[in-house]
Amino acid sequence: MSNNLKLITAPLRKANPITVLILGICSALAVTAKLKPAIVMALSVTVVTALSNLVISLLRKGIPAKIRIIVQLIVVATLVILVDQFLKAFVYDVSKQLSVFVGLIITNCIVMGRLEAFAMSHKPWESLLDGIGNGLGYGSILVIVAFFRELLGSGTLFGFRVIPQGLYDFGYVNNGLMILPPMALIIIGIIIWLQKPEEEK
Amino acid sequence: MGLRKYIDKIKPNFENGGKFAKFHSTFEAFETFLYTPNRVTVKGAHIRDAVDMKRNMIYVLIALIPCFLFGTWNIGYQHFLSFGESVTFWQIIGYGLLKIIPLYLVSYVVGLVIEFTFAEIRHEEVNEGYFVTGFLIPLIMPVDVPLWMLALAVAFAVIIGKEVFGGSGMNVVNPALLARAFLFFSYPSKMTGDNVWIAEKADAYSGATPLGTIFNGGTVNDLPSVTEMIIGTIPGSVGETSKIAILIGGIFLIITGIASLRIIISTFIGAIAMSLLISDIPFYFHLIMGGFMFGTFFMATDPVTAAQTNIGKWIYGFLIGAVAILIRVANPGYPEGMMLAILLLNVFAPLIDWCVVAINKRKRKKRWATAERSAK
Repeated sequence: MSNNLKLITAPLRKANPITVLILGICSALAVTAKLKPAIVMALSVTVVTALSNLVISLLRKGIPAKIRIIVQLIVVATLVILVDQFLKAFVYDVSKQLSVFVGLIITNCIVMGRLEAFAMSHKPWESLLDGIGNGLGYGSILVIVAFFRELLGSGTLFGFRVIPQGLYDFGYVNNGLMILPPMALIIIGIIIWLQKPEEEK
Repeated sequence: MGLRKYIDKIKPNFENGGKFAKFHSTFEAFETFLYTPNRVTVKGAHIRDAVDMKRNMIYVLIALIPCFLFGTWNIGYQHFLSFGESVTFWQIIGYGLLKIIPLYLVSYVVGLVIEFTFAEIRHEEVNEGYFVTGFLIPLIMPVDVPLWMLALAVAFAVIIGKEVFGGSGMNVVNPALLARAFLFFSYPSKMTGDNVWIAEKADAYSGATPLGTIFNGGTVNDLPSVTEMIIGTIPGSVGETSKIAILIGGIFLIITGIASLRIIISTFIGAIAMSLLISDIPFYFHLIMGGFMFGTFFMATDPVTAAQTNIGKWIYGFLIGAVAILIRVANPGYPEGMMLAILLLNVFAPLIDWCVVAINKRKRKKRWATAERSAK
């Protein structure tokens, strides 16, 4: 049991897909300017990694090694289209904001990485947990980055104004660099910087 | 010397196991600042020279003094000019000092606190690198920059630009320029436009810099005269306006061997070539407008971030000049390109060096092969 629990907790810190494996950076830069799309994106990726891990793990003995990437892609693409349709149906405005990045989950390195490295050689239940863990690990970083970018870049959280008007009257100005993608990279860099020494202990 | 004796007396407290061992780096920094250290390199170094890092940094500070003095005067001059008041020289200087001293206080206090903290955490000695960076930062800012923004920029530049890479000498990009770039992209309303270059100017007075005028569709006729732009009685960042002051400092740096003449010459060649190629206005205007001269003499030549090989320096300088003018003329977003050009080439400098060394290696291998063959 504890081993199964580890499958979920390890990707949150020690084997975090973004800060340790440095996978999935591209979407982390693109969707983290605001909290809401970041959370939706995190959930979408979690669903896709978890279910694709499960499906591939179930099929793993029947997939010929030579065409495994194609098979994986078909499974992932199907799931991504389902997620995309779901978002369009229920949270249309967020889906608009995420635009092409939902479709790009197909090429997200984390999804393919987990399929290749884990699901192809593990049992379905473990693969499902691993997928959830990695999706959450990815999502946690997304939420942290988006929190700082939205707070400092727009002065809001979930679209609500958090920084009081009084501060603006004093001459406070929202930081424009936070809205631009480079700052996401710098924040991820800082998270890695803070996380590294802890791991080495 | 009472002070020397006092320092020697309290020194044991800061050694390992002493009462204040935690503050060893801080103590060491002040001791080195006040007195020449008596320790010399004992092994491993093949070149021994009187020029150490401390002297290097002091030379750059001396070279910046003309810019600093003229900048201080110009702050006051521009302010009173915008109101059309005529005041005495000392009133102008007084007003300038009133504006510039807070910038320096913020720059040094924030920067040095971060430097000292990192040195203590890492058990390293505090080094002199920040003295120059801290002196440069206010000189490349608009005088009206809010102090909290300046503090934020300094913190960002020192931590992200320098300390994460390992401190002075390890940085990839010039920290002073990084501070400016940070503000430039974070708070564009306070860093560009016509209203930031003159301290508390009168509303009716246009505070456009020459570059801003050209950027907004002005022609050569709308610019201040060439003499004015060379002497520096124009709006602009604090230290960049007077080309004479920059030249005095720049020549001092060249004579003392700190700034590379190769980089300076090639930057000028690159800028002239590019402006002849694509710019509508005469090329010499590009050399005296904006931060081109200041950047060339004090930023591009920064020995840490520039290319190290001699051929590399020519390429590096040429590209800085060319890219700076390219950004000025072709880019619809920003009036000035010098800062971005230098930062860009800072990043590429190691690659340039690598290529130069690799080509040299191949040449020598070939030469060796032919020598081998002819010997047989």
